[in-house]
Amino acid sequence: MKRGPEKGESNVDVPGLFSDLFFDYTLRTIALGSAILGIVSGALGSYAVLRKQSLLGDAMSHAALPGIALAFLLTGSKMPLVLIVGAAAAGWVATLFIMSIVNTTRVKYDTALGMVLSVFFGFGLVLLTIIQKRPDATQAGLDKFLFGQAAALLERDVVTMGILGASAILVTLLLWKEFKLLSFDPDFASTLGFPVRILDIILTTLIVIAIVLGLQTVGVVLMSAMIVAPAASARQWTDNLGIMIILSAFFGALAGISGALLSASVPRLPTGPTIVISVSVIVIVSMLLAPRRGILWRWWRERRQRGRLRLEGILEDLYSLALEHNDPGHAHSLSVLRLMSAGKGGVEKSLEILSERGLVRAVRPGEWALTTAGLEEAEKTMSERSGMSDER
Amino acid sequence: MKGEAAIKVEDLTVAYGEKPVLWDVDLTVPSGVLMAIIGPNGAGKTTLIKAVLNLVNTAAGQVLIYGESYQKQRRLVGYVPQRGSVDWDFPTNVKDVVMMGRYGALGWLKRPGRQERDMALAALEKVGMSRYAERQISQLSGGQQQRVFLARALVQDALVYLMDEPFQGVDATTERAIVSLLQELRAQGKTVVVVHHDLQTVPEYFDWTALLNVRLIASGPVRDVFTEENLRLTYGGRVSFLRHGEPNGAPEDEKRTGERGI
Repeated sequence: MKRGPEKGESNVDVPGLFSDLFFDYTLRTIALGSAILGIVSGALGSYAVLRKQSLLGDAMSHAALPGIALAFLLTGSKMPLVLIVGAAAAGWVATLFIMSIVNTTRVKYDTALGMVLSVFFGFGLVLLTIIQKRPDATQAGLDKFLFGQAAALLERDVVTMGILGASAILVTLLLWKEFKLLSFDPDFASTLGFPVRILDIILTTLIVIAIVLGLQTVGVVLMSAMIVAPAASARQWTDNLGIMIILSAFFGALAGISGALLSASVPRLPTGPTIVISVSVIVIVSMLLAPRRGILWRWWRERRQRGRLRLEGILEDLYSLALEHNDPGHAHSLSVLRLMSAGKGGVEKSLEILSERGLVRAVRPGEWALTTAGLEEAEKTMSERSGMSDER
Repeated sequence: MKGEAAIKVEDLTVAYGEKPVLWDVDLTVPSGVLMAIIGPNGAGKTTLIKAVLNLVNTAAGQVLIYGESYQKQRRLVGYVPQRGSVDWDFPTNVKDVVMMGRYGALGWLKRPGRQERDMALAALEKVGMSRYAERQISQLSGGQQQRVFLARALVQDALVYLMDEPFQGVDATTERAIVSLLQELRAQGKTVVVVHHDLQTVPEYFDWTALLNVRLIASGPVRDVFTEENLRLTYGGRVSFLRHGEPNGAPEDEKRTGERGI
């Protein structure tokens, strides 16, 4: 898989691409737009992920499609601002539907989400087909909202995105403590006197804004990835909400820029999917490599832990044998130790490691005894273990 | 405020769908008591606390805190929710969670500062958690989580505390520490209401109790109302409740015991 423009395919002129990024008007516009989209969806997506509403983004973005089509049918305009307002309104209505289905029926959240998503998206596709069959030529291009098309971004679109995105982030900063409390413990927030429902509406509106900002570039089908993926990646690297949101915004921007540049430089490569592939690479790297939470890190730690436990086990076996003989220096044969470790392999190897550390010594070939240091070590680990069980 | 009841609940009825969870509850909690709410699972103990805190929609009834509506007296009431009600993998640390107890007093837009931090550290000291101030909350044991929630309620500096199962899943040492903290609060003249499960410790820990099973069975000083008769009424069968012919979710065998009890 490709990761960013720097590792792109051979037909990509990397230095040229970077100079274009600063001097080529179209490319600069596209990259800037994608970066804004990544920053805003990354930052606000963090809240969606932390509040376990990741899929709400999916429903909202799919539901935006009929909004876009209706806005065009009603106004006849293809101004991005008009279409964005339509998209936001439809995303909002869909969210309200989901909430009221959950509140008034026995239908569960995920089912309500799936129903609303598919009904709205289906309706949107129908409207899109109707629009495309109309005789006038002005309709062309609405279907680019399905998968997005960064190349169509104009400077004024980017300005609109910038203003909307900056306002969304400003509100997030102002309501920082309120949103944090709302996400962690809404009931407690309510007892403190914060109007939880209104805060919820504000936060949901900001997420809707983040989604509609990306519709032109990434498209309705894949936009939810930009809400979930940067935030899920960022969560892997930090345990601090502020750092998580900044990191998530950074990951979003990184994916946006690299995806936009790749799709601009490789013919017929669609923007939305390319951005999503870039963000997927970030997700995979984060899931694998992040300290503490990463899969590889945990695997390595478990392995080390297991190795350490095995060594301790053999030390303890030798210690208990020595106790029985009342002689720390008493030598015991390998076969006895094998029996004591209950068929687990690697006894010889473990003994060699222990002897390298000076904890055991081979008295005769195949016969082992604790050294003085080994005796102390065994006593220490055993007392630590009993201390631990006391604490629990 | 002296002489006035800390909490007065009148005609409180709460229903989820068609099933009543609380039925016509009248409860008076005098100022300065340490009270246990006891009752079987599904008796509505948590709902009662949440109804006092205006966290659930009530079908009927009202709640007064020192003679005024909860909305007016909100600042006087501290809350310790069930430990399991939040996601402990949330990216934050112990000190930050405790400081959340000050958010209400801070008001809108203002960020917590040095004063809030000092209060949080003092509260953590009180619950024996000062060593863990910077600890990520996902690394806490159950008892430690509970103590963090207690510290968060302490910084609220309330007059009335409502606590939902603060002893749930904590070890004996932590339980003793929490009890002495609650008794200290009572000694300061505060009112503490606790949802409690362990009947054996009721007389030892509390001076006031309410027995609840959808309806309020009894409430008053422990030595007066914590009787075998009342406990049988609360736990033994849903006698009085069935007489009204209301639907309930009791298992079949329990229903039968109830009917025999009439």
